[in-house]
Formats: sequence, C-alpha cells, structure tokens
Amino acid sequence: MAVLSTPRSAVQLAGQGRPLKEHLFRLMLLASLLIALGVLAVLLVYVVNRGWPRLDARLWENFPSIRRPDSSGVLSGITGTVWVVGLTALFALPTGVLAAVYLEEYADKTKWYNRLIELNISNLAAVPSIVYGILGLGIISRTMGLGPSVLTGALTLTLLVLPIVIIASREAIKAVPPSIREGSLALGATQWQTIWRQVLPASVPGIATGSILALSRAIGEAAPFMLLGAATLVRFNPDGLDSSFSVLPVQIYYLIAQSRPEFHVIAAAAIVILLAILLLMNSVAIWLRNRYQKRW
Amino acid sequence: MTSGQRRLLGVATAALVVSLSAACGSGGGNSTAQQSGAPAQSADAGAQQELSGQIKIDGSSTVGPLIQVASEAFGEEQPKVQVPVGTSGTGGGFEKFCAGETDISNASRPIKDEEKAACEAKGIKFAELTVATDALTVVVPKENTWATCLTVEQLKKMWEPAAEGKVKTWKDVDPKFPAEELKLFGPGTDSGTFDYFTDEINGEEGASRKDYSPSENDNDIVTGVAGAKGGLGYFGFTYYEENMDKLKALEIDSGKGCVAPSVENAQNGTYVPLSRPLYIYPSTTAVKRPEVAAFLDYLVGNIGTLAKEAKFIPLNAEQEAKLKSDVAALKTAG
Repeated sequence: MAVLSTPRSAVQLAGQGRPLKEHLFRLMLLASLLIALGVLAVLLVYVVNRGWPRLDARLWENFPSIRRPDSSGVLSGITGTVWVVGLTALFALPTGVLAAVYLEEYADKTKWYNRLIELNISNLAAVPSIVYGILGLGIISRTMGLGPSVLTGALTLTLLVLPIVIIASREAIKAVPPSIREGSLALGATQWQTIWRQVLPASVPGIATGSILALSRAIGEAAPFMLLGAATLVRFNPDGLDSSFSVLPVQIYYLIAQSRPEFHVIAAAAIVILLAILLLMNSVAIWLRNRYQKRW
Repeated sequence: MTSGQRRLLGVATAALVVSLSAACGSGGGNSTAQQSGAPAQSADAGAQQELSGQIKIDGSSTVGPLIQVASEAFGEEQPKVQVPVGTSGTGGGFEKFCAGETDISNASRPIKDEEKAACEAKGIKFAELTVATDALTVVVPKENTWATCLTVEQLKKMWEPAAEGKVKTWKDVDPKFPAEELKLFGPGTDSGTFDYFTDEINGEEGASRKDYSPSENDNDIVTGVAGAKGGLGYFGFTYYEENMDKLKALEIDSGKGCVAPSVENAQNGTYVPLSRPLYIYPSTTAVKRPEVAAFLDYLVGNIGTLAKEAKFIPLNAEQEAKLKSDVAALKTAG
C-alpha cells in the first residue's frame, strides 16, 4: 500500500536514472527530424529568394515567352497541370476505390489469383514513373493512337497513381471495425448496402487522404511527360482532350535549360508555385483526416 | 452516409467540376478547332487571311529557341494557329516525326539513314531546310591562361575513345601546357551537337571517350567549365554569347591557322570544322495545310530578324536565297 500512496506516472518513472544510451537515441531521433525539416527549409528559402523578383501575377497570367522574358509566365503549365491532374482524379479515384472494395470485401484471399493481384498491385506502386512514361508512349499514345494529348497524359498518370490509391483505400476500408459490418448484416442489410452505407462513409477520410497524397505525387511528375512529348513552349491553354499541353514540372525543366539567366529566376518562381500547390494539397489531406476521422 | 460525409463528397465533386471548367474557360480565348476546315488557299493571300489549326514541332534543343521565337512572333500575326514547340533533342524529334506525331522536326545534324528508313516505312516524306548556322564553341574558364587556340588533332587527343583514362591533364595533350587536371564537359549522346562534334573531331559519329561529364542541359556545362580551372567543354554558340563573362572561347586550327568562333567566321565558312548548318524538316503532307505553309512563309520571310532576336548566327545571302527557293519548290511540289 505504501507504493500506491505515492503514485508516479510511467513518464516520471522512465525519466529517473535514464541511461546515457537512451539520451543518445533521443538526440539521434531529433537530429533525423531536424535534417528532414532543415532540407525543406533551406530549399524553400533558396527558391523563394531566387524567384522573389518574379513571384507576381506575371507568372500566372502570361504564357511562356522566349522573346520577352520580362512578361513570360507559366500559365499554360498551370492549366495543363490542372487538366491532367483533374482528369487523373476523375479516372483513378472511382476505379481505385472500387478495386479496393473488391479486394477487401469480396475477394477470396485463399484463391491464388487474388493473392497474385495483390502482389502485383504492391509491386506496381514501386515502379519508377519513367517506366509508366514508356508504357504510356508505347501503348496509349502510339498503339491506341491518342498521340501526345491531354488524355494520354491523364491516362498515363492514372496508371501511375492507381496502385497507390488502391493501397490507401484498402487500408482505410480495413480500418473499419468488423463489428460495424456485422451489426449492419445482422440488421438485415445486404452486403452491398453494408458497404455503401456503412463501410465506405466510414473510410472516406482515409481514402481521401491517400488519394490526395497520390495526386500530389502525380503533380510533381516530369519524367513521364518528357517521354510522352509534352511540348516545352506552349502558348495556349488546353482546349480539349486531344489538345497539346505542357505541365508545370516540364516548364520548370525547360526554363532551367534556357541560356538567359532571366528564365532561371522564372523557373525558381514556378518551383515556388508548385511547392505551394503541393503544400496546399497535403494540408487539405491532413484537415480532411482530422475533420472526419471516426473513433470507435 | 452521414450528412457531413454527404456534404464532403458534394464539396469534392464541386471542386473538381469547378477546376475543370475553369481550365476550359480560360482556354476559351484561344480555343480553335483542331483541324482547319478551310480549303487551301494560295499562301501569299493566306498571310492576311485568318488561319487556324495546330502545327506540332519538336526536335533539337539547339534549334528550338529559334523556332520558338518564330512560333511566338507568328502567333501575333495568326493568333488562332497553335504552334507548340518541344525540345526532345534531334534524335527524339525524328523519332516522333517519323511516327507521324509532329509536322516539323528541328535538327542540328542531317537526318540519319535509319531515321530516313523509319520515315519511309510510315510513308512520311519531308524536305530539308537550312535555317541558321551554328558555331560549335569550345570553351575554357577565364582562369585558363595557357590555351587560346587548339588544333583539331589536339581536340581529338582529348576526346577520342582511346583517350579514356589516359589523357588526364593538359600536359598530356601538349607538353607546353601545365599539368592541370583536364575536366571535360559535353552534351549527352542523344544530342545532335554530340553527334556532330564526334563526327568532325574524332572522325566517327558517336565515338567519344566516356569519362566526361555529360549533360542535356547546356547550363550545366557552363557551370561545370566555369568552376574548374582545367575545365573544357563544347556547345552551341548561343550559350557562349550568353556567358562570355565566365568563359573563354578557344580558337580552332584546322590546318589553316587559328580561327575564333564568331558570327562572321561561321557565315563566311572559315570556322571549320565546327561551324554547322541547323535544319528544320517539314513533312510534305503538312505543308499542304495552309497554316503550315503560312508558318514556313513567315519563318523564311523574317529569317534574318528572327535569327538575330534568338541570338543565332543568320544565314549568309547565298544560303538565304537557297532557303527561299527551297520553300517555294516545296510548296509547289506538294
């Protein structure tokens, strides 16, 4: 009883007589965190500093201009990115979520073909994007004859993000406790009603977070577009699925390769825009997760 | 589904729709039909008439800036014609051109036989037009005080495949030079500039030592050479003009004395063997489209000013006359 009269929390207990090793380990963890954050901070400061003179409306109101570096912008890169990534979301999200529902709720995991599919999806998620670029060029652009168009770009990116969307959605669906499903089924709901009215709504935050992170990856891709033939100087906005286009990362690559230093400043400013879009998307993902997360 | 979640889905859908329609809306000002429906008219009348359609151009990143300036200037006369210009490199450009994906291919070397065969297999016919001159410039950093002129043999000694791992210092090239480490920078193997340089200097296209720093971005070569005392690199004249404060261009001796890379020497043909013609390859089927014919007319009619604006070495009078007659022949031949 004497012990209980002086209750001490686990933290306090751990703090007492903590061995040197533990201190060192804590320092190492902190250092790793600081390295990651430090790199991001240095990158941001450097890019904002370099791009500052051009970080204004000229950047997003004007088309790229090789004749007038002063009024040159990346409007076509921004609209191209919106088109391609918007379409990618349109294609990849329904397909990915439905695939995940099948794998989690319907597929018989004792069957070899279902396990093969799962293994393949995990592998596809790790395939480098340039490989998808080759696939897109060979099959979507050439064999299917879609050419270097917005649609080709969106379909290629869809292939790229689909495995990630499927994996994220599966994790979200898996996190819904079995008691919810069992309760619904016990009350007489069919399997489809259970999925549509209980499982999917409960997993929306997880699915949305994973999908946004997958699309954030897609937004920063340049490699597949270089292969697909996204043009570098595009002085018009895409006007349809078969339109030529450029995307922001390709624009940045092109600007950096220019001989005139004015363009390098525009490249830095465009990088800031790209980073801002990425940070915004990631923030929305975090907000969504916190706002709609359910606890059982 | 709870009401909150329903709202969430609604917001997500709305956001997607808005962003897509915004993209469509802002494109509206420039939107045109992809195909020009107008019947072909004679091109001299076409200069005033409003054309539409799309001219796809890709190819050499050396020729790119000139055609991009032309595309932009042409766009001011014909705002409804879209002229996207890509810079996949000479080889990459021909690959797309012979797959029928582009209308005009830019090239910093003549088309190769196997590329011709690929075009023939697809039934794509083309013409070769010389649109500007380039002086491949060999550069060293300003700190390099010992070299002002290199002979072709000395360049070969540095760059030939046999030099790999053996020629490591400037002294290995010429005993008069100091024993400063030789650091080589050059374009990658996909580049027409690489093909041309290896052909002229090493005597075989594509034959080069491999232990140099290759880059598809000429700015990397500028930074690399400027940052190494014993550095040496080569690229098109434009990049040298933009970086004269950091780099020194070497004169080249092909047996008739040292000649500096310059506009005059490239135009009058004394800067040998590194001055080269730059080409565009329009497909003959594309030239039948009025907007492509109009673009070529614009390019040829203003070739001197366009070259000057893009900081290229303009054609001399003789070459310009040939270009004009070539285009005229191409249009009537169609």
